[in-house]
Amino acid sequence: MKKIEAIIRKTKFEEVKEALHDNGIEFFSFWDARGVGMARQSRVYRGVAYDTSTIERIYISIVVRDINLDRTIKTLVDSAKTGQVGDGKIFVSNIDQSVRIRTGEEGDESLYIKD
Amino acid sequence: MEGLTISIDTIWILLAAVLVMFMQPGFALVESGFTRSKNTANILMKNLMDFSIGSLAFWLIGYTIMYGEDVGGFIGKVSLFFGSDAINGVPDKASLMFQTVFAATAATIVSGAVAERTKFSAYLFFTVAITVIIYPISGHWVWGGGWLSELGFHDFAGSTVVHSVGAWVGLVGAAMVGPRIGKYTNSGEPRAIPGSNLALGALGVFILWFGWFGFNPGSQLAAAGEENAVAISHIFITTNLAAAAGAVTAMILTWMKYKRPGLSITLNGALAGLVAITAGCDAVSPGGAVIIGIIAGFVLVFGVSFIDKKLKVDDPVGAISVHGLSGAVGTLLVGLFSTSEGLLYGGGAGLLGVQAIGVLAIAAWAMGLGFILFFILKKTIGIRVSKVIEEEGLDIYEHGESAFN
Repeated sequence: MKKIEAIIRKTKFEEVKEALHDNGIEFFSFWDARGVGMARQSRVYRGVAYDTSTIERIYISIVVRDINLDRTIKTLVDSAKTGQVGDGKIFVSNIDQSVRIRTGEEGDESLYIKD
Repeated sequence: MEGLTISIDTIWILLAAVLVMFMQPGFALVESGFTRSKNTANILMKNLMDFSIGSLAFWLIGYTIMYGEDVGGFIGKVSLFFGSDAINGVPDKASLMFQTVFAATAATIVSGAVAERTKFSAYLFFTVAITVIIYPISGHWVWGGGWLSELGFHDFAGSTVVHSVGAWVGLVGAAMVGPRIGKYTNSGEPRAIPGSNLALGALGVFILWFGWFGFNPGSQLAAAGEENAVAISHIFITTNLAAAAGAVTAMILTWMKYKRPGLSITLNGALAGLVAITAGCDAVSPGGAVIIGIIAGFVLVFGVSFIDKKLKVDDPVGAISVHGLSGAVGTLLVGLFSTSEGLLYGGGAGLLGVQAIGVLAIAAWAMGLGFILFFILKKTIGIRVSKVIEEEGLDIYEHGESAFN
């Protein structure tokens, strides 16, 4: 099992969500994220220039079976990409254990719904 | 026929009074929009109370100080509770209503200049002082038969009498209460503190512009007959053109100066044009009004920058530039652009000199009295909230409720 964490543009979220659902990801978590980077937007308020370095993004967290890993990453890259600076990043890490609370199923079985 | 004239004039004055009263929510929205959301309830409370307290105080005593029988050219003969059923052109009660909304306008201008760090209790004392002392006495000089009116000083609807008076008191107040925490760096460079909601601010400016059609044309104090009908129509046009020219000028200047056309300054530009034309809206031509509006736009853009960066007085909404500097310049420009007496129309420099005397005298009066007032308040109840209240917002500590939940 792997955890895929992706930081993507807010404007790309709907597209990414559709693409993930189309590619078999039944569930994932997300939240609003704010980052501070070197990229700055300069603004002027009442004649005083200032800049803001706060960047707003969506943070997505998906736990997938190993067999789905590459396909999910490809889906994310394809759907979240604009080609401009600031498209975001994807991080992958190992998951040691998982349990479905309702049934007590563990591991891969806990990640998908059996028909 | 005379009865009809009285009726028409009265309806016009009361209608204009309603329009001017509607400038109160305009001010409330501009000030709310240009400041941070943690102080919105405080701003709204100040605007509500300066109108309410101002209405009571002006009826109680303020009106007769301003319009009572002249005593030595300086002050009106004081009597309490003005408002008999007598008719002097229009009913006294119509005059009281119309003048009350003007007095409240002068008071409310200060609210924006000292916003986000001033004690509410101190503000209430100040509101009483401006409505019963500062505004009516200098107002008497010009509109009540006092010494400036004897000289021939021309301030038709109150660029100086109403707007500058409020702004000069605001300047002294803002300087004495000090800048908001975080407004200036340790080396004295100004920092931007963006307003919370420019949609509210823009709505407020449109409402003020709308209300000005009562403020200026209403000051004709009559509508019946050909002469008055032409006059109020003329004033509508000059008022509107100056506001438009002020806004366009401010937009172009911000575009050139700051690379992009800035909304909040352009909104102030419209107001600067309105304040500037108020003194001479009856006396200048439409073309003159446009030029006055353009000059007001320049005064506004460079004034905001000057007050922020050179004087280092923190004026969150630009009240000092909009009402003080533009009001003073607009009053002076009557001396150039008055079609009957102006320098550019062959009237000589006489009126210009009188205008300058009036602007300076009233500025000195308002700043002097403002200083005494804020000095007394500072030594007694204090004028500034504590650091923790300012940082967490006046809404929670001063009023116990917040505007947005």
